[in-house]
Amino acid sequence: MTHMPQISRRFFLTTAAAASGGLALGFHLPQGVAAAGAAPGPAEVTAWVVIQPDDAVIIRVARSEMGQGITTSLPMLVAEELQCDWSKVRFEFPSPEENLRRKRAWGEMSTGGSRSVRTSQEYLRKAGAAAREMLIAAAAAQWGVPAAECQAANSIITHKASGRTLRYGEVAEAASKLPPPSEPKLKDPKDWTLLGTPQKRLDTLEKVTGKPIYGIDVRVPNMLYAAIVQCPVFGGTPKSYDETKIRGLKGVRQVVQLPNAVAVVADSWWQAKTAVDALPVTWDEGQSGKVSSTSIAEFLRAGLAAADAAVIRKDGDVDATLASAAKRIEAEYGAPFLSHATMEPQNCTAHVTPDKVEVWVSTQSGEAALAAAAAAAEVPPEKVVVHKTMLGGGFGRRGAVQDYVHQAVLVAKAVGHPVKLLWTREEDIRHDFYRPVAMAKFTAGLDTTGMPVGWRVRVTGPSILANLFPQRLTNGVDQSFANGFTDEMAYNVPNYEVGYAMRTTHVPVGFWRSVNHSQNGFFRESFIDEMAQAAGQDPYQYRRKLLSKDPVRLAVLDAAAQKAGWGNPTASGVSRGIALVEAYGSLCAQVAEVSVGGKGEVRVHRVVASLNTGHVVNPEILRAQTESAIVYGLSAALYGAITIENGRVQQGNFDDYEMLRLADMPVVETVLAPSGGFWGGGGEIGVPPLAPAVCNAIFAATGKRIRSLPLKGQDLKRV
Amino acid sequence: MPRLMINGQTREVEVDPDTPLLWVLRDSLGLTGTKYGCGIAQCGACTVHIDGVATRSCSVPVSAAEGTQITTIEGLPANGGLHPVQRAWIAHDVPQCGYCQSGMIMAVAALLKDKPQPTDAEIDAAVTNICRCGTYARIRAAIHTAAQA
Repeated sequence: MTHMPQISRRFFLTTAAAASGGLALGFHLPQGVAAAGAAPGPAEVTAWVVIQPDDAVIIRVARSEMGQGITTSLPMLVAEELQCDWSKVRFEFPSPEENLRRKRAWGEMSTGGSRSVRTSQEYLRKAGAAAREMLIAAAAAQWGVPAAECQAANSIITHKASGRTLRYGEVAEAASKLPPPSEPKLKDPKDWTLLGTPQKRLDTLEKVTGKPIYGIDVRVPNMLYAAIVQCPVFGGTPKSYDETKIRGLKGVRQVVQLPNAVAVVADSWWQAKTAVDALPVTWDEGQSGKVSSTSIAEFLRAGLAAADAAVIRKDGDVDATLASAAKRIEAEYGAPFLSHATMEPQNCTAHVTPDKVEVWVSTQSGEAALAAAAAAAEVPPEKVVVHKTMLGGGFGRRGAVQDYVHQAVLVAKAVGHPVKLLWTREEDIRHDFYRPVAMAKFTAGLDTTGMPVGWRVRVTGPSILANLFPQRLTNGVDQSFANGFTDEMAYNVPNYEVGYAMRTTHVPVGFWRSVNHSQNGFFRESFIDEMAQAAGQDPYQYRRKLLSKDPVRLAVLDAAAQKAGWGNPTASGVSRGIALVEAYGSLCAQVAEVSVGGKGEVRVHRVVASLNTGHVVNPEILRAQTESAIVYGLSAALYGAITIENGRVQQGNFDDYEMLRLADMPVVETVLAPSGGFWGGGGEIGVPPLAPAVCNAIFAATGKRIRSLPLKGQDLKRV
Repeated sequence: MPRLMINGQTREVEVDPDTPLLWVLRDSLGLTGTKYGCGIAQCGACTVHIDGVATRSCSVPVSAAEGTQITTIEGLPANGGLHPVQRAWIAHDVPQCGYCQSGMIMAVAALLKDKPQPTDAEIDAAVTNICRCGTYARIRAAIHTAAQA
């Protein structure tokens, strides 16, 4: 780390040789852990827990922090069992190469799919319990008493019989030399004292003072800057560029051609950006230069009726039921491509030397960044060092695909200097891996009481898995495209069939917060409202009937409806809509209160959300995540659309890809109704119910059924 | 060679006079608390104070900032360590990813200097920065808290 003095020392200090076991660990320490070299130093009790002589507890966080609060919630899981003083806890990120070297001591580092808590809670709690048992054993050995006579609480071990005490910091080094217990005993959830409490985030002080280092903030000695222009048509390549037009521009060092782009390297980023803007590039646009949103819509609409659909779920006899149903309803729905638009545009700093490849990057997956850097530099993974930074938003953009890492390494290799590659906002919006465009067609048969007896679902659109992880297809079919219609379908309809016609376009698709639930939640919960309307019933009561044998889901639905005052009068001109979605192991119902003005302008006044995530690690963080998901969903519902013309994305910045702002923020009230008994995800579940709750409220207000998003540009005047 | 007064210190920078102030702050001077988000004065992540006025530094050429007093998040005036806005931010646990928060805090600090007790409508008009994590409700609550401080 000595070659990067410009980076905040607080951020990149290393425990290195100070670890008592003599392990040479390189860690990013955002919380100001004591400098290396002092003796006695911090002791690594287990891979997850380092304790300093002054009792400071450093808990390692393998996942990435992108705002979701895991640098607080994951340490809470460890600390609950460790029985340490929470006020002395800090976090640090172990490095991906160290994880590789230590045979994945910290398990999976990739951060997405609302997995961080639910897939690591058990091993993190066990890590805390193991460290606690080792600390107790070390103290007991020092006293010469049985460990069973000792207890630990608040970072102090007590021998009850003699009243003697030892602090964790006093026994940590001895504990670190003990073998970890094979089956550490976990607390019963009813005995938790930290989990389930609203602890403050550990990263707030840094974030209100401008101190955290994001990828874009990294500075290394002799660093140059790169700006990039990528072929505006996906799949295209640079044919030629006229370097003479930027020759002599101040600061410009080199032009580097990449597979799908041209980068200009300069002494400053502004110089590089100015030069790349002035560089004439001719593109080979490939086969897709004529594709438009209109042609894509036609392509998908054909998929709604095509015979090649894969049947993903089939219960009973839908054809016969539809033919004999008392009432039949049909509808088609659509949703557009969406960009992630993380506040921090994509970037990566890389340095390629004969010995190693070093990258500094905001990434949701340190291990994927490592693999991308190794592949780009054509070196074995052991030669790569990845410095994870804070992320200025992720939402799925910075996970599976590390295209910016690949590019930065190629540029740095060509230049022979460390290079920070930074995309403009326009490049970021126009070269995303987008939430898929999608369409759905529904046919439902209702019985004489208005309840559904048969339902045919057809969805169509491009598959994320086929694009990024074809090995995860099942017999060539991406079952996840129908998420929310298959095993996460809450309602019991006896004759039910779900088909998916995959329709691949040249526009790359990827994981966008709540993924396929984001469009399917809108489709399904809007159509359930259509069924209620056809049945002449209240949409909340209609869902209650559908869930009458399902107390768990019913409780979540009821919690939102009751808190919102469903059935009570609203303010003048305000209408309510409701939706319920199950995803990532959690349940969320939302009630939106919406008014539509005389010119059709939509105002969302209030959203009430109820959640059952099973256990809750930190209710305040879960509330913040729910507010966040509602804003993410509302920006998309109101404004979000990436459209294609001549093969390229038409939007480029926040003036034409708009975001919700403070003035339009609804009041959000979150009801946490955790049942215990399971661990559900919290980061994404709040997104899918938002759009249908809002659109169902618009229907209640205007009589207009919204079957496509976004709302912007639609005529919403009362019919 | 533009000469700037930043956080009470005179700094000379070797850049083209057309260079946006944002990039001078970040790349020439290492003041990375001020962020790049859009480059077209839409998102406010780059907000600093120029002579006390909240200004989007991505759209101000450095030449136009000469002779002014520039304040960044690193130089936000504070009594006892933190500005009242920062303390309110901590009380409400506002930040998520945190990337937009420097700009938000600078926009709010300027608002409160102008209007110590802003109404919600005044907040709506003054704080038009974008936050993709959706911290808006906490920002509003924190502004009212800071106004009481």
